Amino acid sequence: MAILFKVQDLKKQYANDDVITPVLHGLSFSIAAGEFVSIMGPSGSGKSTLMHILGFLDHLTEGIYQFDGKDVSGLTDDELAAMRSQKVGFVFQQFNLLPKTSVLDNVRLPMLYVNKSDAERTLKAKAAIAAVGLEHRMDYLSNQLSGGEKQRVAIARALVNDPSVIFADEPTGNLDSKSGAQIMKILDKLNAEGKTVILVTHETTTAAYAKRILRLKDGLLVADERVDEAERQRALASELK
Amino acid sequence: MEIKNILKLSVRNLRANTLRSFLTMLGLIIGIGAVVLIISLGAGAQAMIVSQINSLGSNLVGVLPGASDAKGPPASVFGIQVKTLINDDVTALLADSRTEHLVAASGYASGQGKMVYENQELEGGSFMGVAGSYPNVENTTLASGRFFTEEEDSGLARVAVVGSEMRHELFNGENPVGKTFKIKRESFRVIGELEPRGAVAFTNQDKQVFIPLNTAQKILLGWRHLSLIRARVDEAANIEEAIQGMKEVLRDQHNLDSAEEDDFSVRNQADAVELLKTITDAFRFFLAAIAAISLLVGGIGIMNIMLVAVTERYREIGLRKAVGATRSNIMTQFLIETLVITGIGAVIGIAGGAVISFLVTIVAKALGYDWVFIISLPSVLMAVSVGLVIGLAFGFYPARRAAKLDPIVALRYE
Repeated sequence: MAILFKVQDLKKQYANDDVITPVLHGLSFSIAAGEFVSIMGPSGSGKSTLMHILGFLDHLTEGIYQFDGKDVSGLTDDELAAMRSQKVGFVFQQFNLLPKTSVLDNVRLPMLYVNKSDAERTLKAKAAIAAVGLEHRMDYLSNQLSGGEKQRVAIARALVNDPSVIFADEPTGNLDSKSGAQIMKILDKLNAEGKTVILVTHETTTAAYAKRILRLKDGLLVADERVDEAERQRALASELK
Repeated sequence: MEIKNILKLSVRNLRANTLRSFLTMLGLIIGIGAVVLIISLGAGAQAMIVSQINSLGSNLVGVLPGASDAKGPPASVFGIQVKTLINDDVTALLADSRTEHLVAASGYASGQGKMVYENQELEGGSFMGVAGSYPNVENTTLASGRFFTEEEDSGLARVAVVGSEMRHELFNGENPVGKTFKIKRESFRVIGELEPRGAVAFTNQDKQVFIPLNTAQKILLGWRHLSLIRARVDEAANIEEAIQGMKEVLRDQHNLDSAEEDDFSVRNQADAVELLKTITDAFRFFLAAIAAISLLVGGIGIMNIMLVAVTERYREIGLRKAVGATRSNIMTQFLIETLVITGIGAVIGIAGGAVISFLVTIVAKALGYDWVFIISLPSVLMAVSVGLVIGLAFGFYPARRAAKLDPIVALRYE
């Protein structure tokens, strides 16, 4: 499969006034299209920072980052925004839905920043809502939904611009185990349909769904494990008990 | 995001927080309402004064003592006594061939004094000494009785013709004709009462007491000069020529040789109206400028609330950026939200100002003033533009703050 992400000696440091805080100290790896990767590590390991850089929310300080064969290390803010709009979809731990806004309008949001007709936008939004099984909640307001439903809306929203990859940052962190499992099943299904999924989590139950694990510690990549399918099914079965 | 969608979003946000949106707009509503109201009332007041002056009678020319430059007011307007006009001047004006277009003229000597009738006292009542020909000069109609004659004038008769409100001011509500009262301790008999005429500029003519000119000058004032002269010209077309003639006659009367300036000021009534308009325009502008200061305050209020709103919506802004909104997308969104607030505020302010102006018109008319309700389109357009400019100016900073937010930081904001 084609290489989607290629990262070489990637470094990141934050500069606040005169204080420089290095966070990532030179990471190198590749991720192919269609993979289901989990980035894991303790607090402070830099996993969220890595996801932000891969997801075009932040700039890297040094190193090479190629996305889909193109060098994206030196993109401007507006170019990054375009990548976020068209190439990636985000799912956050805190859902981040627009308050007092309907499910339909929440899912339509990313399309407002892309040139489409309003009719097209509504059509695609409804399709995404159906894909996560929430047609019956289409006109509900965000504050009327349960945690699991909110996260499903977030996933629908992430799908709506047909991104190449879905990033999920602790997607089950604010959910009970039943809703959490429901969410991971949806992500698993999307991955089975061909979507690249990159997960950041410290929970092993959540990480059990991944087919590859990148472990970070103190800003360095310490392990890159592929999980074979039989192992994965066994782990999943044991988690569901 | 298309403008249409941004507008829909702005209106929806406004309605989601109706009370706060209203409070945000309130300063602007008051500011614009005040400006619209003041401009409207100013126009109405000016129109009323002008129409009152015009109702005095057209084709009037006034002569004031003292020099002045072409269009400005002479010193006597400001209360400085100049004694260059005398009774003979009036006689000369009526007799001379150069002023043949004058049909009537009267000298005026005005003063104030305590008026007493039976048990009623009026401190500072105003009286005006005029010629017997006064009714031919200015529009006056008698409600009852008669005006005094030239003989009574030269005979220093102690007679008076009073305005329609004097019966309430001094005569205990009774018909004053035939009654005797005192002005400055001199007894006068009322021989006529005038029909109501209303106020002109700032003087209420219905409280005026007219007495013969010579009586006023010699008995009450101890003067030999006049406060002013007024003359009526036969036709409007002859006014310029009449003014020329009057100047020549008066210069001869005052023995001014060609090098000297006039020691009097001749004013066509139209000029007086223009002058009055200039003065009242200055007032109106000044008042509107003061009201405009409150617009500044309103704008600052809006900016502050928008800054607070931006802070409260950090997560939303972070989210929008995360799904692809650029800085300029966010900037446009917040700027338009502010413009919607100021636009709606301006409209409410204009409506409020107009309504209050209309209510003032109703009250003024009920009080007997000849008030007209005036709302000019230019003032409305100006108020709307000002509202939008304020929106742009005071919305800019909050919008920029929003646009510059780092999406990661914004998303984490508690």
